Amino acid sequence: MNRAFNRTSLTHLTGLLRRCQSTLVVAEHNNEKLTPITLNAITAASKLGGEVSCLVAGINCTKVVEQISKVQGVKKVLLAQHDSYKGALPEELTSLILATQKQFNFTHICAGASAFGKNLLPRVAAKLDVAPVSDIIEIKSPDTFVRTIYAGNALSTVKCNEPIKVFTVRGTSFEAAPIEGGSAASENVASPSPTGISEWLEQSLTKNDRPELTSAKVVVSGGRGLKSGENFKLLYDLADKLNAAVGASRAAVDAGYVPNDMQVGQTGKIVAPELYIAVGISGAIQHLAGMKDSKTIVAINKDPEAPIFQVADYGLVADLFKVVPEMTEALSK
Amino acid sequence: MSGRVLVGVKRVIDYAVKIRVKPDNTGVVTDGVKHSMNPFCEIAVEEAVKLKEKKLIKEVVAVSCGPQQAQETIRTALAMGADRGIHVEVSGKDYETLGPLQVSKILAALAKKEDAQLIILGKQAIDDDCNQTGQMTAALLDWPQGTFASEVSLEGDKVKVVREIDGGLETIKINTPAVVTADLRLNTPRYATLPNIMKAKKKKIANMKPAELGVDLTSRLEVLKVEEPPQRQAGVKVETVDDLVSKLKEAGRI
Repeated sequence: MNRAFNRTSLTHLTGLLRRCQSTLVVAEHNNEKLTPITLNAITAASKLGGEVSCLVAGINCTKVVEQISKVQGVKKVLLAQHDSYKGALPEELTSLILATQKQFNFTHICAGASAFGKNLLPRVAAKLDVAPVSDIIEIKSPDTFVRTIYAGNALSTVKCNEPIKVFTVRGTSFEAAPIEGGSAASENVASPSPTGISEWLEQSLTKNDRPELTSAKVVVSGGRGLKSGENFKLLYDLADKLNAAVGASRAAVDAGYVPNDMQVGQTGKIVAPELYIAVGISGAIQHLAGMKDSKTIVAINKDPEAPIFQVADYGLVADLFKVVPEMTEALSK
Repeated sequence: MSGRVLVGVKRVIDYAVKIRVKPDNTGVVTDGVKHSMNPFCEIAVEEAVKLKEKKLIKEVVAVSCGPQQAQETIRTALAMGADRGIHVEVSGKDYETLGPLQVSKILAALAKKEDAQLIILGKQAIDDDCNQTGQMTAALLDWPQGTFASEVSLEGDKVKVVREIDGGLETIKINTPAVVTADLRLNTPRYATLPNIMKAKKKKIANMKPAELGVDLTSRLEVLKVEEPPQRQAGVKVETVDDLVSKLKEAGRI
Protein backbone atom coordinates (compact mmCIF):
# COMPACT_ATOMS: atom_id res chain seq x y z
CA MET A 1 0.00 0.00 0.00
CA ASN A 2 2.77 2.28 1.05
CA ARG A 3 4.72 1.33 -2.06
CA ALA A 4 1.71 2.00 -4.27
CA PHE A 5 1.37 5.42 -2.73
CA ASN A 6 5.01 6.18 -3.35
CA ARG A 7 4.74 5.15 -6.95
CA THR A 8 1.73 7.42 -7.51
CA SER A 9 3.41 10.36 -5.90
CA LEU A 10 6.52 9.68 -7.94
CA THR A 11 4.54 9.67 -11.18
CA HIS A 12 2.85 12.82 -10.01
CA LEU A 13 6.17 14.44 -9.26
CA THR A 14 7.61 13.50 -12.67
CA GLY A 15 4.51 15.00 -14.24
CA LEU A 16 5.05 18.17 -12.28
CA LEU A 17 8.69 18.34 -13.28
CA ARG A 18 7.69 17.86 -16.88
CA ARG A 19 5.23 20.71 -16.65
CA CYS A 20 7.82 22.91 -15.00
CA GLN A 21 10.07 22.62 -18.02
CA SER A 22 10.52 25.70 -20.05
CA THR A 23 12.59 26.25 -23.13
CA LEU A 24 14.11 29.36 -24.58
CA VAL A 25 14.66 29.34 -28.32
CA VAL A 26 17.07 32.04 -29.46
CA ALA A 27 15.59 33.31 -32.71
CA GLU A 28 17.83 33.91 -35.69
CA HIS A 29 16.79 36.71 -38.03
CA ASN A 30 18.09 39.56 -40.14
CA ASN A 31 15.86 42.23 -38.54
CA GLU A 32 13.40 41.76 -41.42
CA LYS A 33 12.71 38.06 -41.51
CA LEU A 34 12.98 35.06 -39.27
CA THR A 35 15.63 32.58 -40.50
CA PRO A 36 13.82 29.31 -41.35
CA ILE A 37 16.01 27.11 -39.10
CA THR A 38 14.43 28.83 -36.08
CA LEU A 39 11.15 27.11 -37.02
CA ASN A 40 12.87 23.71 -36.88
CA ALA A 41 14.35 24.62 -33.51
CA ILE A 42 10.86 25.55 -32.24
CA THR A 43 9.60 22.09 -33.24
CA ALA A 44 12.47 20.49 -31.34
CA ALA A 45 11.74 22.70 -28.32
CA SER A 46 8.06 21.70 -28.42
CA LYS A 47 9.05 18.03 -28.21
CA LEU A 48 10.47 18.66 -24.74
CA GLY A 49 6.93 19.05 -23.44
CA GLY A 50 7.30 22.35 -21.60
CA GLU A 51 6.49 25.95 -22.38
CA VAL A 52 8.38 27.47 -25.31
CA SER A 53 9.57 31.08 -25.31
CA CYS A 54 11.49 32.81 -28.09
CA LEU A 55 14.06 35.52 -27.63
CA VAL A 56 14.28 38.06 -30.42
CA ALA A 57 17.22 40.43 -30.10
CA GLY A 58 18.07 43.01 -32.70
CA ILE A 59 18.06 46.62 -33.73
CA ASN A 60 14.57 46.87 -35.11
CA CYS A 61 12.67 43.63 -35.03
CA THR A 62 8.97 44.50 -34.91
CA LYS A 63 8.35 42.48 -38.08
CA VAL A 64 10.18 39.46 -36.73
CA VAL A 65 8.21 39.58 -33.49
CA GLU A 66 5.00 39.75 -35.51
CA GLN A 67 6.01 36.64 -37.48
CA ILE A 68 7.17 34.64 -34.52
CA SER A 69 4.08 35.42 -32.41
CA LYS A 70 2.01 33.50 -34.96
CA VAL A 71 4.23 30.43 -35.01
CA GLN A 72 2.49 27.41 -33.55
CA GLY A 73 3.94 26.22 -30.26
CA VAL A 74 5.39 29.53 -29.13
CA LYS A 75 3.91 30.74 -25.86
CA LYS A 76 5.85 33.90 -25.29
CA VAL A 77 8.10 36.18 -27.32
CA LEU A 78 10.78 38.07 -25.44
CA LEU A 79 11.99 41.14 -27.23
CA ALA A 80 15.24 43.02 -26.73
CA GLN A 81 15.95 45.96 -29.01
CA HIS A 82 19.23 47.78 -28.73
CA ASP A 83 21.80 49.20 -31.13
CA SER A 84 24.45 46.94 -29.64
CA TYR A 85 22.72 43.90 -31.22
CA LYS A 86 23.83 45.00 -34.65
CA GLY A 87 25.43 42.02 -36.36
CA ALA A 88 24.20 39.67 -33.59
CA LEU A 89 27.59 39.60 -31.89
CA PRO A 90 27.86 36.78 -29.33
CA GLU A 91 29.65 39.03 -26.82
CA GLU A 92 26.51 41.19 -26.58
CA LEU A 93 23.88 38.48 -26.97
CA THR A 94 25.42 36.27 -24.30
CA SER A 95 24.97 38.81 -21.52
CA LEU A 96 21.39 39.36 -22.69
CA ILE A 97 20.64 35.62 -22.61
CA LEU A 98 22.22 35.29 -19.16
CA ALA A 99 20.06 38.14 -17.86
CA THR A 100 16.97 36.57 -19.43
CA GLN A 101 17.88 33.20 -17.93
CA LYS A 102 18.26 34.78 -14.50
CA GLN A 103 14.78 36.23 -14.78
CA PHE A 104 12.91 33.21 -16.17
CA ASN A 105 14.97 30.14 -15.13
CA PHE A 106 14.62 28.09 -18.29
CA THR A 107 15.48 24.40 -18.11
CA HIS A 108 16.52 24.35 -21.78
CA ILE A 109 18.11 26.93 -24.07
CA CYS A 110 18.43 26.13 -27.77
CA ALA A 111 18.91 27.51 -31.27
CA GLY A 112 19.35 26.13 -34.76
CA ALA A 113 22.77 24.65 -35.52
CA SER A 114 23.60 27.35 -38.07
CA ALA A 115 26.67 29.59 -38.10
CA PHE A 116 24.68 31.88 -35.74
CA GLY A 117 23.70 29.15 -33.25
CA LYS A 118 27.09 27.46 -33.29
CA ASN A 119 28.81 30.77 -32.62
CA LEU A 120 26.54 31.82 -29.78
CA LEU A 121 25.34 28.88 -27.69
CA PRO A 122 28.67 27.42 -26.53
CA ARG A 123 29.54 30.88 -25.21
CA VAL A 124 26.28 30.95 -23.25
CA ALA A 125 26.85 27.42 -21.95
CA ALA A 126 30.36 28.18 -20.68
CA LYS A 127 29.02 31.21 -18.80
CA LEU A 128 26.43 28.94 -17.19
CA ASP A 129 29.18 26.37 -16.51
CA VAL A 130 27.33 23.63 -18.36
CA ALA A 131 28.43 21.37 -21.22
CA PRO A 132 26.38 22.11 -24.35
CA VAL A 133 25.19 19.50 -26.87
CA SER A 134 25.74 20.32 -30.54
CA ASP A 135 23.65 19.67 -33.60
CA ILE A 136 21.15 17.19 -32.16
CA ILE A 137 19.13 15.06 -34.58
CA GLU A 138 16.67 13.54 -32.11
CA ILE A 139 15.22 14.16 -28.65
CA LYS A 140 14.67 10.95 -26.67
CA SER A 141 13.63 12.69 -23.46
CA PRO A 142 14.18 16.11 -21.89
CA ASP A 143 17.73 15.10 -20.95
CA THR A 144 18.64 12.57 -23.64
CA PHE A 145 19.64 13.54 -27.15
CA VAL A 146 21.04 11.87 -30.25
CA ARG A 147 23.75 13.52 -32.32
CA THR A 148 26.19 12.43 -34.99
CA ILE A 149 29.95 12.16 -34.53
CA TYR A 150 32.81 11.34 -36.91
CA ALA A 151 31.28 13.14 -39.90
CA GLY A 152 27.96 11.35 -39.52
CA ASN A 153 29.54 7.90 -39.41
CA ALA A 154 28.30 7.16 -35.89
CA LEU A 155 25.28 8.14 -33.81
CA SER A 156 25.90 9.06 -30.20
CA THR A 157 23.13 9.06 -27.60
CA VAL A 158 24.03 11.42 -24.78
CA LYS A 159 22.41 12.02 -21.43
CA CYS A 160 22.88 15.55 -20.21
CA ASN A 161 22.84 15.81 -16.42
CA GLU A 162 23.37 19.56 -16.40
CA PRO A 163 20.83 21.72 -14.53
CA ILE A 164 20.31 23.73 -17.73
CA LYS A 165 20.44 21.97 -21.08
CA VAL A 166 21.99 24.09 -23.81
CA PHE A 167 21.85 22.62 -27.31
CA THR A 168 21.74 23.38 -31.02
CA VAL A 169 19.32 21.65 -33.36
CA ARG A 170 20.07 20.20 -36.80
CA GLY A 171 17.44 21.92 -38.93
CA THR A 172 16.98 19.06 -41.39
CA SER A 173 16.12 16.59 -38.60
CA PHE A 174 13.01 18.40 -37.36
CA GLU A 175 10.00 19.67 -39.34
CA ALA A 176 9.48 23.41 -39.47
CA ALA A 177 6.82 24.64 -37.00
CA PRO A 178 3.69 25.99 -38.79
CA ILE A 179 3.88 29.75 -39.23
CA GLU A 180 0.16 30.22 -38.60
CA GLY A 181 -2.12 29.37 -35.73
CA GLY A 182 -0.03 30.58 -32.83
CA SER A 183 -0.80 33.57 -30.64
CA ALA A 184 2.12 34.32 -28.40
CA ALA A 185 2.21 37.34 -26.15
CA SER A 186 5.28 39.50 -26.43
CA GLU A 187 7.17 41.06 -23.60
CA ASN A 188 10.16 43.38 -23.50
CA VAL A 189 13.28 42.31 -21.71
CA ALA A 190 15.88 44.75 -20.48
CA SER A 191 19.23 44.86 -22.26
CA PRO A 192 22.35 44.73 -20.11
CA SER A 193 24.92 47.41 -20.85
CA PRO A 194 27.01 46.69 -23.96
CA THR A 195 30.38 45.02 -23.47
CA GLY A 196 31.90 46.84 -26.45
CA ILE A 197 34.71 44.33 -26.97
CA SER A 198 33.71 43.48 -30.52
CA GLU A 199 32.39 45.37 -33.47
CA TRP A 200 30.54 44.24 -36.59
CA LEU A 201 31.88 45.87 -39.74
CA GLU A 202 30.25 44.40 -42.83
CA GLN A 203 28.71 41.45 -44.56
CA SER A 204 28.96 40.21 -48.12
CA LEU A 205 26.20 37.79 -48.94
CA THR A 206 26.07 35.63 -52.03
CA LYS A 207 22.96 36.68 -53.91
CA ASN A 208 20.82 34.44 -56.06
CA ASP A 209 17.17 33.76 -56.80
CA ARG A 210 17.28 30.06 -56.08
CA PRO A 211 15.85 28.47 -52.95
CA GLU A 212 18.03 28.52 -49.85
CA LEU A 213 20.38 25.53 -49.80
CA THR A 214 19.55 24.04 -46.40
CA SER A 215 15.79 24.13 -46.89
CA ALA A 216 15.48 23.38 -50.64
CA LYS A 217 13.46 20.33 -51.69
CA VAL A 218 15.89 19.60 -54.51
CA VAL A 219 19.64 20.22 -54.51
CA VAL A 220 21.97 19.91 -57.48
CA SER A 221 25.64 19.80 -56.45
CA GLY A 222 28.83 19.94 -58.41
CA GLY A 223 32.34 18.82 -57.64
CA ARG A 224 35.79 18.88 -59.09
CA GLY A 225 34.45 17.12 -62.20
CA LEU A 226 32.91 20.41 -63.34
CA LYS A 227 36.45 21.59 -64.11
CA SER A 228 35.71 25.34 -63.91
CA GLY A 229 33.43 27.96 -62.42
CA GLU A 230 31.93 28.70 -65.85
CA ASN A 231 30.84 25.09 -66.23
CA PHE A 232 28.69 25.43 -63.11
CA LYS A 233 26.26 27.17 -65.47
CA LEU A 234 25.25 23.68 -66.61
CA LEU A 235 24.11 22.98 -63.05
CA TYR A 236 22.36 26.33 -62.67
CA ASP A 237 20.35 25.58 -65.84
CA LEU A 238 19.40 22.15 -64.55
CA ALA A 239 18.59 23.58 -61.10
CA ASP A 240 16.30 26.18 -62.65
CA LYS A 241 14.25 23.42 -64.29
CA LEU A 242 13.90 21.66 -60.94
CA ASN A 243 13.51 24.76 -58.78
CA ALA A 244 16.56 23.48 -56.97
CA ALA A 245 19.33 25.03 -54.91
CA VAL A 246 22.90 24.53 -56.08
CA GLY A 247 25.53 23.09 -53.76
CA ALA A 248 29.15 22.10 -54.12
CA SER A 249 31.79 19.78 -52.76
CA ARG A 250 34.80 21.09 -50.87
CA ALA A 251 36.97 20.37 -53.91
CA ALA A 252 34.85 22.71 -56.05
CA VAL A 253 35.04 25.44 -53.40
CA ASP A 254 38.77 25.05 -52.85
CA ALA A 255 39.35 25.20 -56.59
CA GLY A 256 37.51 28.54 -56.55
CA TYR A 257 34.65 27.41 -58.84
CA VAL A 258 32.00 28.65 -56.37
CA PRO A 259 31.85 30.58 -53.07
CA ASN A 260 32.28 28.65 -49.83
CA ASP A 261 28.75 29.18 -48.54
CA MET A 262 27.66 26.66 -51.20
CA GLN A 263 29.71 23.88 -49.65
CA VAL A 264 27.84 20.77 -48.53
CA GLY A 265 29.59 18.54 -46.02
CA GLN A 266 30.91 18.07 -42.50
CA THR A 267 32.56 21.45 -42.58
CA GLY A 268 29.92 23.14 -44.72
CA LYS A 269 26.16 22.84 -44.72
CA ILE A 270 24.08 19.79 -43.85
CA VAL A 271 21.21 19.24 -46.26
CA ALA A 272 18.51 16.58 -46.42
CA PRO A 273 16.39 17.39 -49.48
CA GLU A 274 13.93 15.06 -51.18
CA LEU A 275 16.24 14.82 -54.14
CA TYR A 276 20.02 15.33 -54.17
CA ILE A 277 21.80 15.19 -57.51
CA ALA A 278 25.58 14.86 -57.18
CA VAL A 279 27.37 15.75 -60.38
CA GLY A 280 31.09 15.09 -60.75
CA ILE A 281 31.44 14.46 -57.01
CA SER A 282 33.43 11.40 -55.89
CA GLY A 283 31.69 11.12 -52.52
CA ALA A 284 34.38 11.60 -49.86
CA ILE A 285 33.36 10.93 -46.22
CA GLN A 286 33.43 14.68 -45.61
CA HIS A 287 30.88 15.32 -48.36
CA LEU A 288 28.60 12.38 -47.50
CA ALA A 289 28.30 13.78 -43.95
CA GLY A 290 26.43 16.72 -45.39
CA MET A 291 23.94 14.96 -47.66
CA LYS A 292 23.48 11.28 -46.91
CA ASP A 293 20.13 11.81 -45.18
CA SER A 294 18.64 13.02 -48.48
CA LYS A 295 15.56 10.99 -49.41
CA THR A 296 16.72 10.15 -52.94
CA ILE A 297 20.31 10.48 -54.11
CA VAL A 298 21.30 10.57 -57.77
CA ALA A 299 24.93 10.35 -58.83
CA ILE A 300 26.28 11.35 -62.20
CA ASN A 301 29.94 10.44 -62.51
CA LYS A 302 32.12 8.91 -65.18
CA ASP A 303 34.09 6.85 -62.65
CA PRO A 304 32.09 3.69 -61.90
CA GLU A 305 34.24 3.12 -58.78
CA ALA A 306 33.39 6.51 -57.20
CA PRO A 307 32.20 6.00 -53.59
CA ILE A 308 29.16 8.19 -54.29
CA PHE A 309 27.57 5.23 -56.11
CA GLN A 310 27.48 3.30 -52.83
CA VAL A 311 24.93 5.71 -51.40
CA ALA A 312 23.14 6.69 -54.62
CA ASP A 313 19.64 5.38 -55.30
CA TYR A 314 20.12 6.02 -58.99
CA GLY A 315 23.53 6.16 -60.58
CA LEU A 316 24.45 7.14 -64.10
CA VAL A 317 27.98 6.36 -65.20
CA ALA A 318 28.54 8.94 -67.89
CA ASP A 319 30.25 12.17 -68.88
CA LEU A 320 28.47 14.99 -67.06
CA PHE A 321 29.15 17.43 -69.89
CA LYS A 322 26.99 15.25 -72.12
CA VAL A 323 24.25 14.09 -69.76
CA VAL A 324 23.56 17.22 -67.70
CA PRO A 325 22.46 19.25 -70.77
CA GLU A 326 20.47 16.20 -71.89
CA MET A 327 18.70 16.09 -68.57
CA THR A 328 17.95 19.81 -68.66
CA GLU A 329 16.55 19.27 -72.16
CA ALA A 330 14.48 16.25 -71.08
CA LEU A 331 12.96 18.26 -68.23
CA SER A 332 11.98 21.08 -70.58
CA LYS A 333 9.63 18.82 -72.49
CA MET B 1 50.35 43.33 -30.64
CA SER B 2 53.55 41.51 -30.01
CA GLY B 3 52.54 38.96 -27.45
CA ARG B 4 52.19 35.26 -27.20
CA VAL B 5 49.82 33.00 -29.09
CA LEU B 6 48.41 29.81 -27.64
CA VAL B 7 47.37 27.20 -30.19
CA GLY B 8 45.23 24.25 -29.17
CA VAL B 9 45.90 21.03 -31.08
CA LYS B 10 43.93 17.79 -30.86
CA ARG B 11 44.96 14.27 -31.77
CA VAL B 12 42.13 12.56 -33.62
CA ILE B 13 41.58 9.55 -35.88
CA ASP B 14 42.97 10.48 -39.30
CA TYR B 15 40.34 12.13 -41.50
CA ALA B 16 40.74 9.52 -44.26
CA VAL B 17 40.02 6.53 -41.98
CA LYS B 18 36.64 4.81 -42.23
CA ILE B 19 35.77 4.48 -38.56
CA ARG B 20 34.27 1.37 -36.94
CA VAL B 21 31.79 1.37 -34.08
CA LYS B 22 32.69 -0.99 -31.22
CA PRO B 23 30.44 -4.08 -31.05
CA ASP B 24 29.47 -3.21 -27.45
CA ASN B 25 28.30 0.26 -28.58
CA THR B 26 30.48 2.16 -26.12
CA GLY B 27 32.37 4.15 -28.73
CA VAL B 28 34.45 3.76 -31.87
CA VAL B 29 37.54 1.61 -32.28
CA THR B 30 40.67 3.73 -31.71
CA ASP B 31 43.27 1.04 -30.92
CA GLY B 32 45.65 0.43 -33.81
CA VAL B 33 43.91 3.09 -35.91
CA LYS B 34 45.92 5.84 -37.62
CA HIS B 35 45.74 9.12 -35.72
CA SER B 36 46.93 12.55 -36.74
CA MET B 37 46.47 16.22 -35.92
CA ASN B 38 42.89 17.44 -36.40
CA PRO B 39 42.90 19.22 -39.81
CA PHE B 40 41.42 22.44 -38.38
CA CYS B 41 44.15 22.51 -35.71
CA GLU B 42 46.80 22.30 -38.45
CA ILE B 43 45.29 25.42 -39.97
CA ALA B 44 45.37 27.12 -36.57
CA VAL B 45 49.06 26.27 -36.12
CA GLU B 46 49.88 27.50 -39.63
CA GLU B 47 48.16 30.83 -38.95
CA ALA B 48 50.03 31.32 -35.67
CA VAL B 49 53.37 30.50 -37.30
CA LYS B 50 52.59 32.92 -40.14
CA LEU B 51 51.91 35.70 -37.64
CA LYS B 52 55.26 34.98 -36.05
CA GLU B 53 57.02 35.02 -39.42
CA LYS B 54 55.47 38.43 -40.07
CA LYS B 55 56.96 39.44 -36.69
CA LEU B 56 53.53 40.34 -35.37
CA ILE B 57 53.87 38.06 -32.40
CA LYS B 58 56.84 36.80 -30.47
CA GLU B 59 56.03 33.26 -29.39
CA VAL B 60 53.79 30.38 -30.41
CA VAL B 61 52.91 27.83 -27.73
CA ALA B 62 51.19 24.60 -28.80
CA VAL B 63 48.92 22.94 -26.23
CA SER B 64 47.27 19.54 -26.28
CA CYS B 65 45.18 17.76 -23.65
CA GLY B 66 45.11 13.97 -23.59
CA PRO B 67 47.15 10.84 -22.95
CA GLN B 68 50.87 10.33 -23.66
CA GLN B 69 50.33 10.14 -27.44
CA ALA B 70 49.15 13.77 -27.47
CA GLN B 71 52.87 14.61 -27.36
CA GLU B 72 53.24 13.39 -30.97
CA THR B 73 50.65 15.95 -32.00
CA ILE B 74 52.50 18.68 -30.12
CA ARG B 75 55.74 17.55 -31.84
CA THR B 76 54.04 18.01 -35.21
CA ALA B 77 53.07 21.56 -34.23
CA LEU B 78 56.67 22.21 -33.14
CA ALA B 79 57.94 20.90 -36.48
CA MET B 80 55.57 23.30 -38.23
CA GLY B 81 57.14 26.19 -36.36
CA ALA B 82 55.64 26.46 -32.87
CA ASP B 83 58.27 27.45 -30.28
CA ARG B 84 57.37 25.19 -27.39
CA GLY B 85 54.67 22.85 -26.22
CA ILE B 86 52.53 22.20 -23.18
CA HIS B 87 51.08 18.75 -22.69
CA VAL B 88 48.21 18.70 -20.23
CA GLU B 89 48.09 15.07 -19.32
CA VAL B 90 44.65 13.50 -19.09
CA SER B 91 44.29 9.75 -19.27
CA GLY B 92 42.04 6.81 -18.44
CA LYS B 93 38.48 7.52 -17.42
CA ASP B 94 39.04 11.29 -17.39
CA TYR B 95 40.16 11.19 -21.01
CA GLU B 96 37.06 9.26 -22.07
CA THR B 97 34.81 11.99 -20.69
CA LEU B 98 37.07 14.90 -21.62
CA GLY B 99 34.92 17.36 -23.55
CA PRO B 100 34.98 20.97 -24.75
CA LEU B 101 33.92 22.32 -21.32
CA GLN B 102 36.91 20.74 -19.59
CA VAL B 103 39.34 21.61 -22.41
CA SER B 104 38.18 25.22 -22.46
CA LYS B 105 38.75 25.49 -18.70
CA ILE B 106 42.28 24.17 -19.18
CA LEU B 107 42.95 26.56 -22.07
CA ALA B 108 41.55 29.52 -20.16
CA ALA B 109 43.75 28.73 -17.15
CA LEU B 110 46.82 28.37 -19.40
CA ALA B 111 46.05 31.60 -21.25
CA LYS B 112 46.19 33.46 -17.94
CA LYS B 113 49.24 31.62 -16.71
CA GLU B 114 51.15 32.21 -19.94
CA ASP B 115 49.83 35.73 -20.40
CA ALA B 116 48.63 34.96 -23.95
CA GLN B 117 47.28 37.70 -26.19
CA LEU B 118 45.64 35.43 -28.68
CA ILE B 119 44.34 31.88 -28.70
CA ILE B 120 43.92 30.21 -32.08
CA LEU B 121 41.98 26.95 -32.31
CA GLY B 122 40.38 24.93 -35.08
CA LYS B 123 36.66 25.54 -35.52
CA GLN B 124 35.85 21.91 -34.71
CA ALA B 125 37.43 18.53 -34.12
CA ILE B 126 36.50 15.99 -36.78
CA ASP B 127 35.85 13.27 -34.20
CA ASP B 128 33.30 14.79 -31.80
CA ASP B 129 32.22 17.46 -34.33
CA CYS B 130 31.30 19.72 -31.39
CA ASN B 131 32.40 23.15 -32.61
CA GLN B 132 32.37 24.52 -29.03
CA THR B 133 35.84 24.81 -27.46
CA GLY B 134 36.87 28.18 -28.90
CA GLN B 135 33.60 29.85 -28.04
CA MET B 136 33.68 28.42 -24.50
CA THR B 137 37.29 29.43 -23.92
CA ALA B 138 36.46 32.99 -24.99
CA ALA B 139 33.48 33.01 -22.63
CA LEU B 140 35.49 31.80 -19.62
CA LEU B 141 38.08 34.51 -20.22
CA ASP B 142 35.48 37.15 -21.14
CA TRP B 143 37.43 37.71 -24.35
CA PRO B 144 35.80 38.39 -27.70
CA GLN B 145 35.67 35.58 -30.28
CA GLY B 146 36.28 35.46 -34.01
CA THR B 147 34.92 32.07 -35.03
CA PHE B 148 35.05 30.29 -38.43
CA ALA B 149 37.76 32.69 -39.58
CA SER B 150 38.81 32.70 -43.22
CA GLU B 151 41.02 35.78 -42.86
CA VAL B 152 42.78 37.22 -39.82
CA SER B 153 44.69 40.49 -39.66
CA LEU B 154 46.21 42.15 -36.63
CA GLU B 155 45.56 45.87 -36.50
CA GLY B 156 47.28 47.40 -33.51
CA ASP B 157 45.54 46.05 -30.44
CA LYS B 158 42.60 44.74 -32.45
CA VAL B 159 42.04 41.77 -34.71
CA LYS B 160 40.06 42.01 -37.91
CA VAL B 161 38.43 38.69 -38.72
CA VAL B 162 36.55 37.71 -41.86
CA ARG B 163 34.13 34.96 -40.86
CA GLU B 164 32.42 32.30 -42.92
CA ILE B 165 28.71 32.57 -42.25
CA ASP B 166 25.71 30.84 -43.84
CA GLY B 167 24.97 33.38 -46.54
CA GLY B 168 28.54 34.40 -47.34
CA LEU B 169 31.14 36.29 -45.33
CA GLU B 170 31.14 38.88 -42.57
CA THR B 171 33.88 41.05 -41.13
CA ILE B 172 34.24 41.88 -37.47
CA LYS B 173 36.83 43.73 -35.44
CA ILE B 174 37.56 42.43 -31.96
CA ASN B 175 39.69 43.64 -29.08
CA THR B 176 42.72 41.69 -27.94
CA PRO B 177 43.18 39.49 -26.08
CA ALA B 178 40.91 37.34 -28.21
CA VAL B 179 40.07 33.82 -29.31
CA VAL B 180 40.01 32.96 -33.01
CA THR B 181 38.83 29.66 -34.51
CA ALA B 182 40.07 28.63 -37.94
CA ASP B 183 37.89 27.60 -40.85
CA LEU B 184 39.22 25.51 -43.73
CA ARG B 185 39.95 28.40 -46.02
CA LEU B 186 42.08 30.40 -43.61
CA ASN B 187 45.30 28.98 -45.10
CA THR B 188 47.02 25.88 -46.45
CA PRO B 189 49.10 24.28 -43.71
CA ARG B 190 52.75 23.62 -44.57
CA TYR B 191 54.34 20.19 -44.44
CA ALA B 192 56.92 19.73 -41.74
CA THR B 193 60.26 19.13 -43.46
CA LEU B 194 62.70 16.52 -42.16
CA PRO B 195 65.20 19.11 -40.79
CA ASN B 196 62.35 20.84 -39.00
CA ILE B 197 61.12 17.54 -37.57
CA MET B 198 64.65 16.94 -36.25
CA LYS B 199 64.81 20.46 -34.80
CA ALA B 200 61.42 19.97 -33.16
CA LYS B 201 62.88 17.12 -31.12
CA LYS B 202 65.02 19.65 -29.28
CA LYS B 203 62.14 21.97 -28.47
CA LYS B 204 60.63 21.72 -25.00
CA ILE B 205 57.29 20.21 -24.08
CA ALA B 206 56.22 21.01 -20.52
CA ASN B 207 54.06 18.45 -18.78
CA MET B 208 51.16 19.53 -16.59
CA LYS B 209 48.18 18.02 -14.82
CA PRO B 210 44.73 19.67 -14.91
CA ALA B 211 44.78 19.82 -11.10
CA GLU B 212 47.88 22.06 -11.21
CA LEU B 213 45.79 24.49 -13.23
CA GLY B 214 42.92 24.20 -10.77
CA VAL B 215 40.66 22.53 -13.33
CA ASP B 216 38.12 19.96 -12.21
CA LEU B 217 37.44 17.37 -14.92
CA THR B 218 34.01 16.24 -13.71
CA SER B 219 31.67 15.74 -16.65
CA ARG B 220 27.90 15.83 -16.49
CA LEU B 221 27.50 14.48 -20.00
CA GLU B 222 27.10 10.74 -20.25
CA VAL B 223 27.38 8.82 -23.51
CA LEU B 224 24.71 6.13 -23.29
CA LYS B 225 25.59 4.43 -26.58
CA VAL B 226 27.30 4.84 -29.91
CA GLU B 227 25.76 3.12 -32.92
CA GLU B 228 26.19 2.71 -36.65
CA PRO B 229 23.95 5.07 -38.60
CA PRO B 230 21.23 3.38 -40.68
CA GLN B 231 22.69 1.97 -43.89
CA ARG B 232 21.25 3.09 -47.19
CA GLN B 233 19.77 0.50 -49.53
CA ALA B 234 21.95 -0.26 -52.52
CA GLY B 235 20.70 1.65 -55.53
CA VAL B 236 20.49 0.87 -59.21
CA LYS B 237 22.54 2.02 -62.16
CA VAL B 238 20.59 3.49 -65.05
CA GLU B 239 21.82 3.51 -68.64
CA THR B 240 20.42 6.72 -70.08
CA VAL B 241 19.19 10.15 -69.08
CA ASP B 242 15.64 9.27 -70.17
CA ASP B 243 15.77 6.23 -67.96
CA LEU B 244 16.91 8.37 -65.02
CA VAL B 245 14.26 11.02 -65.58
CA SER B 246 11.46 8.46 -65.85
CA LYS B 247 12.65 6.65 -62.68
CA LEU B 248 12.63 9.95 -60.79
CA LYS B 249 9.16 10.73 -62.12
CA GLU B 250 7.89 7.31 -61.05
CA ALA B 251 9.32 7.87 -57.59
CA GLY B 252 7.53 11.22 -57.45
CA ARG B 253 10.74 13.18 -56.97
CA ILE B 254 10.32 15.40 -60.03
